[in-house]
Amino acid sequence: MEYVDSLTGFRLDGRRPNDMRQIRGEIGVVAKADGSALFEMGNTKVIAAVYGPREVQNKGQQINNQALVRCEYSMANFSTGDRTRRPKGDRRSTEISLVIRQTMEACILVHLMPRSQIDIFVQVLQADGGTRSACINAATLALADAGIPMRDLVTSCSAGYLSSTPLLDLNYVEDSAGGPDVTVGILAKTDKVTLLQMDSKLPIDIFENVMQLAIEGCKAIAQYIREVLLENTKLLESRKGL
Amino acid sequence: MLQSKSFAKKTKQGRVIKVVREHYLRDDIYCGATFCKVCDTSAARLSASASATILIVDTNVVLNQIDLLENPKIDDVVVLSVVLEEVRHKNLSVYNRVKALCTNPLRKFFVFSNEHHRDTYVKDMIGESPNDRNDRAIRVAARWYQIHLGESTQILLITNDRENKKRATEEGISAETVESYVKSLGKPDLLDLVVLSSSVDVPMEDVEDLRPSKKKIIYSEHKPMSEVTSGLLHGIYHQGKLRVNRYNPFEAYVGSESISEEIVICGRANMNRAFHGDIVAVELLPQDQWRDGKSLIIDDDDDDEEEVHLVPNSADDVPRFENPVQPTSGSSPPVSSHPPGRVVGIIKRNWHSYCGSLDPMPMPAGNAGVAHALFASKDRRIPKIRIQTRQLGNLLDKRIIVAVDSWDCLSRYPSGHYVLLIENDINSRPFSSQVLACLPPLPWSLSLEDLANSNREDLRHLRVFSVDPPGCRDIDDALHCKPLGNGNFEVGVHIADVTNFVLPGTPLDEEASQRGTSVYLVERRIDMLPKSLTEDICSLCSDVERLSFSVIWELTPDANIVSTRYTKSAIKSCAALSYVEAQARMDDSRLMDPLTTDLRNLNSLAKIMRLRRIKRGALTLASPEVKFQIDTETHDPLDIGMYQIREANQMIEEFMLAANISVAEKILKHFSLCSLLRRHPSPTKEMLEPLLRTAAAVGLDLDVSSSKALADSLDRAVGDDPYFNKLIRILATRCMTQAIYFSSGDLSPSEFSHYGLAAPIYTHFTSPIRRYADVIVHRLLAAALGISRLPPIFMDGPQLTSIADNLNYRHRNAQMASRASVELHTVIFFRNRPTDTEARILKIKSNGFIVFVPKFGIEGPVYLVAKDKGSSDWVVDEAHQKVTKAGTKITYGILQTVRIHMEVVEPQPNRPKLQLTLII
Ligand SMILES: [Zn+2]
Repeated sequence: MEYVDSLTGFRLDGRRPNDMRQIRGEIGVVAKADGSALFEMGNTKVIAAVYGPREVQNKGQQINNQALVRCEYSMANFSTGDRTRRPKGDRRSTEISLVIRQTMEACILVHLMPRSQIDIFVQVLQADGGTRSACINAATLALADAGIPMRDLVTSCSAGYLSSTPLLDLNYVEDSAGGPDVTVGILAKTDKVTLLQMDSKLPIDIFENVMQLAIEGCKAIAQYIREVLLENTKLLESRKGL
Repeated sequence: MLQSKSFAKKTKQGRVIKVVREHYLRDDIYCGATFCKVCDTSAARLSASASATILIVDTNVVLNQIDLLENPKIDDVVVLSVVLEEVRHKNLSVYNRVKALCTNPLRKFFVFSNEHHRDTYVKDMIGESPNDRNDRAIRVAARWYQIHLGESTQILLITNDRENKKRATEEGISAETVESYVKSLGKPDLLDLVVLSSSVDVPMEDVEDLRPSKKKIIYSEHKPMSEVTSGLLHGIYHQGKLRVNRYNPFEAYVGSESISEEIVICGRANMNRAFHGDIVAVELLPQDQWRDGKSLIIDDDDDDEEEVHLVPNSADDVPRFENPVQPTSGSSPPVSSHPPGRVVGIIKRNWHSYCGSLDPMPMPAGNAGVAHALFASKDRRIPKIRIQTRQLGNLLDKRIIVAVDSWDCLSRYPSGHYVLLIENDINSRPFSSQVLACLPPLPWSLSLEDLANSNREDLRHLRVFSVDPPGCRDIDDALHCKPLGNGNFEVGVHIADVTNFVLPGTPLDEEASQRGTSVYLVERRIDMLPKSLTEDICSLCSDVERLSFSVIWELTPDANIVSTRYTKSAIKSCAALSYVEAQARMDDSRLMDPLTTDLRNLNSLAKIMRLRRIKRGALTLASPEVKFQIDTETHDPLDIGMYQIREANQMIEEFMLAANISVAEKILKHFSLCSLLRRHPSPTKEMLEPLLRTAAAVGLDLDVSSSKALADSLDRAVGDDPYFNKLIRILATRCMTQAIYFSSGDLSPSEFSHYGLAAPIYTHFTSPIRRYADVIVHRLLAAALGISRLPPIFMDGPQLTSIADNLNYRHRNAQMASRASVELHTVIFFRNRPTDTEARILKIKSNGFIVFVPKFGIEGPVYLVAKDKGSSDWVVDEAHQKVTKAGTKITYGILQTVRIHMEVVEPQPNRPKLQLTLII
């Protein structure tokens, strides 16, 4: 299958190789949570809710010099075309939970909140490739919404390599091609990579190009997230003013 | 702008799910006209003049008229992405051809992504069929072009669909049919390429039926697709690929998944216009017709004249022999236990172009020089095809390529059109200037830079030599053999370092990859690479320094490999020997020079290796190769004879096999998913059937359970007659298919094996000058050694698969061309030389037999009964493969020796053919 049309240079959905899908972020979608956000990358739609910092529920897990960050990832039963019952805590979701937790933990200023607990819940409402990036972006927005102190904004984006072309932000069809798929998470201001995962193999020089592309994607997302937060702050200000 | 596309899809488990896909619309898609003032014109390909006519073609025009589009007189064509997509689904080979047009810098074909353009995307309307929707999309795009480019430019929609044309005109778009457009150009030669729609088909009937008024329905109508689909669902019809019997084109098999058995389709009426390779829907015949198989078999009357031809080298070469021999007496069991069926619909056509020639016919008088002729494909599984041509005189007696266009139920034959006078789709054009620009300047010589390269070993001090056929100028391989102190030998195979000059992605590389292989004809050679590389820079000639890629082993005196290493190298061959010279040196016991000693050492190692290989079960098959001596001035053959295989040939072959295997192991170890390998599938029982039948008739019991078993029983097959064994091997050879290239990622390791060589893996490394497969393998090996990086194409599985497929196709064509060339020269040779010779009977028929002429490597029919005589007084004994004259003791049996007379006759003017007659 041709994932990039050799004649027109377009991908199957009409994007060029360096185009990201349409992204959209919304803050405060779960009223009960301390912070929440919805993040869409094309048809991939993820919701994140943050509780905390709050008292550690299981005292045995309490850490004396920093906050305990927990993360639970799940996929809604209706998130894919075939409606299947998904058992909680299967290997894939355990792995993604861990990835998100580690990535977020790296940017939360955990030492400012000793003996407390921060819970991040992310659920995939609609899956169309790039779910783990969308989860991280949603979690970042939700943490910011909750007012949890962070070093920087962490954003994530993936890039792949199909039809001999580096492609930004793979959708489900491209993702299922089984080609190399690099997911990167960066700290936007400091340009530090906090997450790097890859399926399949790539020669080193191509890998560098693909990773660079993913980093560009992360930066674009960071820019957007900043705008969303700024917009939100303005909204809060104007509400306060009322 | 974002559009969501949703559609329902059925999963493999049979559940229906809704699929939603994003579809982005853009405003940065340009029209492609060089003169456009609004768009970015950096990628524009269309005309520079605003007063030009720009053509927009619909899907069927591309599908049916691709030969016309390929003609350079047609230009300024916009190919819409909706059209491309439809073409890709319907016919991949046409898709590839139109794609080539759209990328060819010399042609003005532009792809317009109408489906992603903000202004030309059309949404599906409720109740609209996909076809109608796409037609609408084409019209919308045509209108957009007209508005975008303004009135001075004419946008012409080319469509043969009446409804579409009508609507276009209503919407204010100019539209024309292909024929009227081509007519308006006033170029009559283009008209030959136009595929006529069936409405103008009528005069063609003259060819087959002299009563055109009595048009009768010959085939039953195909069922509409909806009925076929529901029939398949309810198990009334069965779906599968139709495979026509090689030996009897009126019989075909359909392997169906819904019933585990193969369905047999007997007769053209039941095959109902299906071609070999089509995906068809089949209905089983009612039970009461099951046993009636016999009467169904022969319902066709066009009995082709068989012609004398070369002995086939594999099952792929075997032409259709004859209508099946029907026992004339005695009851016999039913032909097969397969349930018979008939084709009710064709799900997917496998039509492509076919190579063959026109049936002889007189030149027509009048009718503006338009003639209707019947084309007979070289592949006998393909029915004859009717074509219309204005250049009959040019085409008669030539090998031509014809494409099929349609086959309606009123015509006995499908109709098609003439495409090319090129033989076997082989590119014999000179290399383009872009290709030649990639070549290093002559005279080329080894540079210090080459030697300074740490990856290249300087082996110029070694006594390297080559052994090839006499007059060989493209020497890709050379050897050396050096005794080591410990009694072992260092043996090196040095292969021309073609990839040092052919760099991936260059025009030179593209061209070589398209050509795939050099083609060897009797009187000339069509090279894969330009001459300066083929005969000079790469060729490992004697006394010059050349670059090579070497495989070097340490071998024990019993030819066991102690170690293998691979390196790029520089060598200087000391002698380019011919097989005869090498053989003569080894045989002359007085010669004790170092070179001769090397030869003898290599030969004794090769003998051990060969023996070991045969013990493992490698087949030593016999495929006689014919050799001509050609007059240098007239190019007429002076002498003909069988190619003699000497020990020296086998010695070289053995080391090449070993090098190929060593390289295959190395590249597969490093690149398990993207290595180009060569495999030879084991023959199925069905394929070996003709061999077993013949063997049984002469009382020989062959074990075909494995390659080893077959090899052993072939070894045991020795009669009192010295030629018997060779004959059996010849018969075995033609049952086998050919080995094929594949990408290791596409198959599981158990499928890699090479049956004929009894090797678990194999590849081609040793002939990079004349085979592109070897070029790919050189790149893989270089990457495995860390010398160079693997070109990105290897990361692309599907691309690699298509490269392997193209190589197989090119390889096959090259062989067919070589065979056709030899056949042609055989006829030329015997034209003035009637000859009597010995022949062996290979197959018994009701009116004669097929003989093999060992001396000239050809086979052909010998008739006992004249063709026009009706009943024959010869009786065929199928079980014992004998034919006996009724009431006499005159009998002929299989493998029997007969004397025949060979003579060239001309039953039709200008169509000489070789005739074999029996000398009693
Ligand atoms: Zn324009």
